Amino acid sequence: MKRCSGLVDVGRRQFLGGGTAAIAGAAAVATVPRQAKAAPVKARVEYPSSRLANVKDLKTNEPLEVSYPDTDAPGVLLKLGKRVEGGVGSDGDIVGFTTVCPHKGFPMAYATADRTFNCPGHYSRFDAEKGGQQIWGQASQNLPQYTLRVDRKGDIYAEGIDELLYGRLSNVL
Amino acid sequence: MAFKRQIDRLPIVPAGAKKQTVTCHYCIVGCGYHAYSWPVNKQGGTASRQNAFGVDLSQQQDAETEAWYAPSMYNIVKQGGRDVHIVIKPDNACVVNAGLGSIRGARMAENSFSVAHQTQQQRLTDPLVWRQGMKTPTSWEDALDLVARVTTKVIEEQGEDGLFVSAFDHGGAGGGYENTWGTGKLYFGAMKIKNIRIHNRPAYNSEVHATRDMGVGELNNAYEDAELADTIVAIGTNPLETQTNYFLNHWVPNLRGTSIEKKKALLPGEPHAAGRIVIIDPRRTVTVNACEMEAGKENVLHLALNSGTDLALFNALFTYIADKGWVDNDFISKSTVGAPVPRPALYPARGAGPGKPGHLTNFAAAVEANRTSIEDAAKITGLKPADIVKAAEWIAMPKEGGKRRRAMFGYEKGIIWGNDNYRTNGALVNIALATGNVGRLGGGVVRLGGHQEGYVRPSDAHVGRPAAYVDQLLISGKGGVHHIWACDHYKTTLNASEFKRIYNRRTQMVREAIDSVPAGDRKAQVEAIMAAIRQGGLFAVDVDIVPTKIGEACHVILPAATSGEMNLTSMNGERRMRITERYMDPPGEAMPDCLIAARIANHMERVFRELGKGKNADQFKGFDWKTEEDAFMDGYHKHASGGQHVTYERLGAMGTNGFQEPAQGVKDGKIVGTERLYTDGTFSTEDGKARFMDAPWRGLEAPGKEEQKAKHKFLINNGRANQVWQSAYLDVDNDLVMDRWPYPFIEMNPKDMANLGLKEGDLVEVYNDVGSTQAMAYPTPTAKEGETFMLFAYPTGVQGNVVNAGTNELILPNYKQTWGNIRKLADAPKGVAHVTFKSKEYRA
Repeated sequence: MKRCSGLVDVGRRQFLGGGTAAIAGAAAVATVPRQAKAAPVKARVEYPSSRLANVKDLKTNEPLEVSYPDTDAPGVLLKLGKRVEGGVGSDGDIVGFTTVCPHKGFPMAYATADRTFNCPGHYSRFDAEKGGQQIWGQASQNLPQYTLRVDRKGDIYAEGIDELLYGRLSNVL
Repeated sequence: MAFKRQIDRLPIVPAGAKKQTVTCHYCIVGCGYHAYSWPVNKQGGTASRQNAFGVDLSQQQDAETEAWYAPSMYNIVKQGGRDVHIVIKPDNACVVNAGLGSIRGARMAENSFSVAHQTQQQRLTDPLVWRQGMKTPTSWEDALDLVARVTTKVIEEQGEDGLFVSAFDHGGAGGGYENTWGTGKLYFGAMKIKNIRIHNRPAYNSEVHATRDMGVGELNNAYEDAELADTIVAIGTNPLETQTNYFLNHWVPNLRGTSIEKKKALLPGEPHAAGRIVIIDPRRTVTVNACEMEAGKENVLHLALNSGTDLALFNALFTYIADKGWVDNDFISKSTVGAPVPRPALYPARGAGPGKPGHLTNFAAAVEANRTSIEDAAKITGLKPADIVKAAEWIAMPKEGGKRRRAMFGYEKGIIWGNDNYRTNGALVNIALATGNVGRLGGGVVRLGGHQEGYVRPSDAHVGRPAAYVDQLLISGKGGVHHIWACDHYKTTLNASEFKRIYNRRTQMVREAIDSVPAGDRKAQVEAIMAAIRQGGLFAVDVDIVPTKIGEACHVILPAATSGEMNLTSMNGERRMRITERYMDPPGEAMPDCLIAARIANHMERVFRELGKGKNADQFKGFDWKTEEDAFMDGYHKHASGGQHVTYERLGAMGTNGFQEPAQGVKDGKIVGTERLYTDGTFSTEDGKARFMDAPWRGLEAPGKEEQKAKHKFLINNGRANQVWQSAYLDVDNDLVMDRWPYPFIEMNPKDMANLGLKEGDLVEVYNDVGSTQAMAYPTPTAKEGETFMLFAYPTGVQGNVVNAGTNELILPNYKQTWGNIRKLADAPKGVAHVTFKSKEYRA
């Protein structure tokens, strides 16, 4: 199983070269306020609201590499061209997911042919059109999906994640 | 939407948390885990000195890290009555799984009983008895008194044959050496119960009588052999889904070529290459796809034969290999029987007796008896002749320089629950013996297994062979009382439609009898129950950890503890024995099965003595165990081969790697085990010589199969899915699993679906001459037309309803060869709208 362990780093490098969207995300992360020592601790982690892209940046069924909630957490935005549950935008077809497999942390590839994420580590597959449901595989959770918001300008913001990301015991580090 | 937990962080395991050894209690592979637990008011921190992993958890961790756990690996459970946090995560240092967790094992924590987190609230917490028209909680004393009084009374009237028993015989959850000994000592020691069956088959028999009769124990190699073989031959098995981490951690490295250095080091002086694999299975499984991805299609030979024709294929391979001379003559002459044994008079139609459906002989006689041409085999199996020849070459054609090719043969339910189990098993072992692939590195002819194993019991010789067909006896009105241990025949037996119909009727007679007298009048109650039994009623006692479908028909329910709620020992598919240390309290009043068996024995002793039957009472002495360790020391330690070397303390010190049975001794405080069996060429027969089997093909052997095939349109092949453990007894209360499979799937070719007017997710009825069941249509382009595959033993659609009662001579069921028709029941219900129906096959 060692073959792929370097892939996460590859994934990160690819992601960091991914353009403005990623930088916007990173900038947003940097502005997350730290809790003052005496302040009451909140029950949930404080997710940053990160601008990941504009709807105009998305082409149907072409993944746009982003990261959320910080630069160490690669993911993608997808315009599916078909309204799906949890989709945002005027067509209700924009979704975002982590691309790190929740089983053992390998970076997954997106297969445009059937709109699935596929893990080269242990063959797990997740359906981008069904909220990241694991079609088959070894992860004990479905694929963490972003909570997205689109503003009037068409900017797409990520504002939360619905499952724990691989490799961190808090989604926001 | 797909199920999501909305968990954004987890408590961190603090430095100094309690760390205990755990073996996954699900499949036979037995992956190593650790349970970390700590007080509920404490938590670790991200700084390396603050957490159990000694790493900076404020940073993103890399792939395969030890320092992460999924939400499913976390829970809050009770320890000594107090809430504690628990994390149960795979152990990177375990040689079995090297840190891998399957979708089943990685949910052990989440599938534990938690009051704080409300998980597995279905668990049984108190004994229940049928009283005032429903099952009512009561004390152990009250429930056991009723069980003992009815059971002793039935034995008085009908003898011990009136007590029917269904019991696990394996390791892992619902089993283990402690509990097989506890139940075994009760039914085979204190009593000599003959009408007993096992959780997944209707009799008390071996699934692999043939290989044992030939002198070859079925778990004879080491998992490492899958890394060393030149060719792996996988028959009737889908290991990526059913022995997941054995496949991922030991088969895949060989197919990828990453075990070549190990081959060179351990097997010098012969050429080595990446492994090849022959997969014999009517269905294209995800295993086939994964092998093609790893080894390249040119190194994977999938023989998608006609269902139930494996025997003809094996005989053709055996013939071809023998004719080519690709056999290990030295091994054959030294380690197998020399002289031919004359055939019984009616062979091959019938063996020497009803319990002997095969004929054991020497190599030359078996070759002649089983002689099958490639062409004849091609006709029977539907395979291409060239592919059969290719399989023979991959298995046995000598390597460069004339070196013997190392082949490992792994088989499971495809032939165990398949046509002509006995001869098919024997014909496969023939090939392994002829090619010298037993007891050698990179070899082995092994069942791959379902559960772990954990069998030590007093002799079962009185059961006889063939063993009683218990289901048929129950259906025909036999027996007065039925004790059930962790079995749910309503989901997992064959001929299930008829079984349930009769069983419901017989147990209902007793319910009505109980309701006819005041609950407090025990004497009148027992008399009323006995009167109903004399009329054909059946009193049923169910021992389990969860409410079951058959439990709904029972009169007494006794709550059991499971692995981790008790110390539990088992061995895996390479005979690796480990202890799972008790890491949490059982729910409510639940007790380990071994102690429940002991308490039943105590009460039966008391009741027999009250009845003035001192001699009967004395049979139930020796059950004064207070703990599961007492049962272990009375059973395994005293009775298992090498058991005298094994104690809880020593097993605890051996951790997740344990040792491979049998134990040979103790050195420097560590138990010395046995990596492989038969390395000295001496086999498990009286003279130490292995036997070959004269096992000619005889078509579909079990009664009713040919007729059913002729009358119905679809093969209803059936088996497992990786998300689901066994009959889904815990998964039925697990959202991840029930979200994926609200109904059992039936994989169908899209053309067949179109012909029936079916869309994905539509509910269908599967029906035939013996019953009907339901499933959710799952379009599967790789499925052959006319051949379906349905999830087995699922609570929302029981495949066993359509499996006929026909078995082989040794009462081995034949679940796989089932034919039926299919019709639409309903459009996909709302409950499946969120379900994906895309191909299960990984694509690069």
